[in-house]
Amino acid sequence: MKDVYIVDAVRTPFGRHGGALSGVRPDDLAAHVVRALVERTGQDSVDEASPLSASASARGWPSYSKGSVMSTPLPQADIDLEIAAIRAAREGAQAHHPDRDYAPYRSTALRHPKQPLVPLKDPEAAELTGPVFGVTDVTALDADLTRQHLGEPMGERITVHGRVFDRHGRPVRGQLVEIWQANAAGRYPHQRDDHPAPLDPNFTGVGRCLTDDDGGYAFTTIKPGAYPWRNHLNAWRPAHIHFSVFGTAFTQRLVTQMYFPGDPLFPYDPILNSVTDERARQRLVAAYDHDLSKPEWSLGYRWDIVLDGPAATWMEEGR
Amino acid sequence: MNPTPSQTVGPFYGYALPFPGGGNIALGGITVHGRVYDGAGDPVPDALLEFWQADPAGGLSGAPGTLRRDPVDGSIIGRNGVDFTGFGRVPTDADGHWTLRTLDPGNGYISVCVFARGLLHHLYTRIYLRHDAFLDALPPERGRTLVAAEEREGVYRFDIHLQGEKETVFLDFG
Ligand SMILES: [Fe+2]
Repeated sequence: MKDVYIVDAVRTPFGRHGGALSGVRPDDLAAHVVRALVERTGQDSVDEASPLSASASARGWPSYSKGSVMSTPLPQADIDLEIAAIRAAREGAQAHHPDRDYAPYRSTALRHPKQPLVPLKDPEAAELTGPVFGVTDVTALDADLTRQHLGEPMGERITVHGRVFDRHGRPVRGQLVEIWQANAAGRYPHQRDDHPAPLDPNFTGVGRCLTDDDGGYAFTTIKPGAYPWRNHLNAWRPAHIHFSVFGTAFTQRLVTQMYFPGDPLFPYDPILNSVTDERARQRLVAAYDHDLSKPEWSLGYRWDIVLDGPAATWMEEGR
Repeated sequence: MNPTPSQTVGPFYGYALPFPGGGNIALGGITVHGRVYDGAGDPVPDALLEFWQADPAGGLSGAPGTLRRDPVDGSIIGRNGVDFTGFGRVPTDADGHWTLRTLDPGNGYISVCVFARGLLHHLYTRIYLRHDAFLDALPPERGRTLVAAEEREGVYRFDIHLQGEKETVFLDFG
């Protein structure tokens, strides 16, 4: 099938003005938009879209899905309404993690399972144990992202400190923490990042460390910039650092993003807002900690991490 | 304590998380390979798979050294070829394909954790290399999604469908 490009947009008829769909389940709302676009253009399938060009862009909706129909992106105001509608439907409900099906983040559409997860409770499950790391897996330089090149990177020098716990509050010791981030201008050294902001020859943006006996980790880096992506028109990611953390069990694996306090982009970002519970969302935001700032040198942030999921040690206690 | 929420791995982990030899847990044993597909049946070129498994005797202690580093320049020189670390990490290629070389796990399965752009919370599944009682508890057409097909001796095919008619069974360990 040849590629078809929908160059049109529809407004979602719900919300503010008592629109025709104000009673529709929020997770159906995005589907409505898609259906409306399809009806207008007579196409039967809509995939991800790249509004700014037909070429692939990792920033948002790449065109590498063969046979996909491209559509004009929604404006931010429509995404805002979708975010608000889903949040209203979940008002007060405790939710620790995002739903994998979160329509305002368009790329979730074809990448979440529709069947329920299958529960597996087995005290012998391999997933109750997990990979281990040691002194051979990191070097002392890995935790300082400002010292990986000949010169100093551009940007605001910061340190990020925190501790890694399991849900019982026990420190996770000797485990691997990995981070990656954009440079101060909001650019990743990745060939699919075509944001026209400068690369920094003195900054790659990758760090690793092992947690200490208190579960503590620390990185020195620069504050990453916000950057645009193509989820919708005028979509910008709040500044964030990507984190990958291992616990004592494979079930505790966590990949997430740390945000900076008071970022004005928070309300507009579908990825942060995929965590619909305000209390949980706050757990993704680091705290500025003046005691961690170093005079004449760097600003300090603190961010503790709590890993979900059972481990073999828990099962033993439960017996 | 309440857990830190998951967020997507995004599209730009490629210069940070994958490492040379990530898919070679051990050479001289079995090869498992396949593709990751989305709900439209298209390959997913920006997924990251992690593998965790027992050693051939069924031991689950693992070993450090998956990311062993050169002490001179810090580059990743990989596993030492003696210790079985039990852990592998492979990004899918431009055609959604991945390959894992490892030893046959004593307990019969390899655990998989799937990350991808567009996936807000990772998914767990298992690659079964032989029959297991857990599979019998599933409807046959669902259980089949967890079983690797032996293409030739020592080479297994295992595709992961994130969504759709052939959707893979994903697991919840509670
Ligand atoms: Fe990012």
